[in-house]
Amino acid sequence: MTGPPRRVLAWSAPVLLALIVLPFVVPPYQTVLLTYGLVFAIAALGFNLLLGYTGLLSFGHSAYFGMGAYAVAFTVKYLKLESMEAFLLSGILASGAVAALFGLLCVRYTKIFFGILTMALSQVLWSLAFKFFWVTGGSDGLRVPTPTLLGGFVRAGSDKFEFLSHRYYFYVLAVFVVCTALMWVIVHSPFGKALQAIRDNETRAEFVGVQVWHYRWVAFLISGIFTGLAGALWVPLNGLTTPDILHWTFSGKMVFFTVLGGFQTFFGPIVGAIIFNYLETYAVGHTVYWQMVLGIVLVVLVLALPAGIVGTVRRFAVRPVKAA
Amino acid sequence: MDTLIVHVLNALLYASVMFLIAGGLSLIYGVMRIVNLAHGNLYAFGAYVTAWAVGRALGTATEASVWMYALLPVGALAAAGLGALLEPTLLRPLYRRAEEYQLLITFGLLLILEDLMRLIWGPYPLQASALYEGLGSLTFGESIYPTYNLVVIVIGGVAAAGLWAFVYRTQFGVVLRATSQNMRMAAALGVNVNRVYVQAFTLGCFMAGLGGSVIVPQQGAVLGMGVDALILAFVVVVIGGLGSLEGALIGALMVGFVREAGITFFPEIELAVLYLMAAGVLMIRPAGILGRA
Repeated sequence: MTGPPRRVLAWSAPVLLALIVLPFVVPPYQTVLLTYGLVFAIAALGFNLLLGYTGLLSFGHSAYFGMGAYAVAFTVKYLKLESMEAFLLSGILASGAVAALFGLLCVRYTKIFFGILTMALSQVLWSLAFKFFWVTGGSDGLRVPTPTLLGGFVRAGSDKFEFLSHRYYFYVLAVFVVCTALMWVIVHSPFGKALQAIRDNETRAEFVGVQVWHYRWVAFLISGIFTGLAGALWVPLNGLTTPDILHWTFSGKMVFFTVLGGFQTFFGPIVGAIIFNYLETYAVGHTVYWQMVLGIVLVVLVLALPAGIVGTVRRFAVRPVKAA
Repeated sequence: MDTLIVHVLNALLYASVMFLIAGGLSLIYGVMRIVNLAHGNLYAFGAYVTAWAVGRALGTATEASVWMYALLPVGALAAAGLGALLEPTLLRPLYRRAEEYQLLITFGLLLILEDLMRLIWGPYPLQASALYEGLGSLTFGESIYPTYNLVVIVIGGVAAAGLWAFVYRTQFGVVLRATSQNMRMAAALGVNVNRVYVQAFTLGCFMAGLGGSVIVPQQGAVLGMGVDALILAFVVVVIGGLGSLEGALIGALMVGFVREAGITFFPEIELAVLYLMAAGVLMIRPAGILGRA
């Protein structure tokens, strides 16, 4: 196993430093916004294990994000817990269980059938969350209070916003760094290489002894758990979970920001998720026609910049080096 | 007995509209191998245009004149026009690219069209209920049934028959099916594939728009109706088989009857049952009941 190359560490270290310093420099609102971005970035990392590395386009990842979020809400409602660690654990368990089951059903298919099957299954969860209002609160959703961090060691003070923009931000940042490192290890491991082999040529991968079905299922499971973890981190920020995050249009957004950043690169989805979050927030803040703004961005992106932001930047940045 | 007839008619009504939407979706997929996520919005567009046209025609009057029923196809034509505009500009550059991009661009289109309708017609629902009320209702036994619903069922049936005749009994249908089966071979034999694509896409959009047009007097046009309809249309085409028109008909009937039964007997899990049906069919026969993989 090799660590990340020096080149990646060389620019990721200053970026991490900047992320640590940021809450002390920018207004709290900006930090909270960035927290949302980091949460979506974790989901994007998970999502891209399937799209970028395994070659499977899921249109149902809202299911795992939503399961993570609802698991937290149920932990509060039925177990009366308020510890963030309990939240994360319940989010991981719930999304993992659903991903394991759905994955079992979906990984036999590829391309459009895989996309539609994942979408149909996620819609099952959405309709249940929508209709069983005595359990899920229906379209009103479920409220989630501010959690305690690190086993009750760090508590929210009277100022919830201050808590979210500092202590909670650092918590999310830490989870984000761990997830990114973990995903880096996964995609650069023999397992990750096998996934890429499956993506590039399923028949050949099978021929050299890769158990395609099994590998895809494990990738699906990991992908679902990352996304579920993001869902669990998202709930305390939002304070409320509603069926919207289970709806397939939310899955569409996940595809959107992964492609926005560039799904053929490791860091692309992270960049895409954070930029998408800013884009959406400002579009919503400035116009009621924010969906149109996002749609136009997406259409232009697909037509003009299919490699995404990171892919395009890298192409221009790397070319002179190659020529030299 | 009377209530049974009402249930059956409701199921057929629902199946008619679903067939119009899903048939268009399936036709487009069958010929072009594109899953159009914005298809539901074309259905909504048809509904809005018809509601708007009827509203303008009514003016201050409250009762519909007979000629106003001629406005029903307006929405379908508008949706067809929109389709004819969208295919060459947005979809054509993407046929050589990976499937992911085709899905994404139609998702972008979904977002744009959703807000375009908000921009043009505002956030409030539009009604065309004068056409619905204008036909009164029929009584059989103890039950009363709106006549307009029967009209929708008939239109759905006629559309299905017309489409079948169009695809299987005309020169254009032959070219359409040939392109669907083997695009390269059709092109080599002198078929103008670009033209077939734009025609197929326009026809598919026309059907979606017609679905919206005929249902709007009964249900009204609201934002978000397209996204909801799209998912159910997916259920229909997945059950029947992507790309198969007969499959869309069978799927629409199944969805219509299951939904009517669901609303009556198991309202909480009615939608879940439909999605599970689609998932189940996909798992047993990925290509659907009548599809070819």
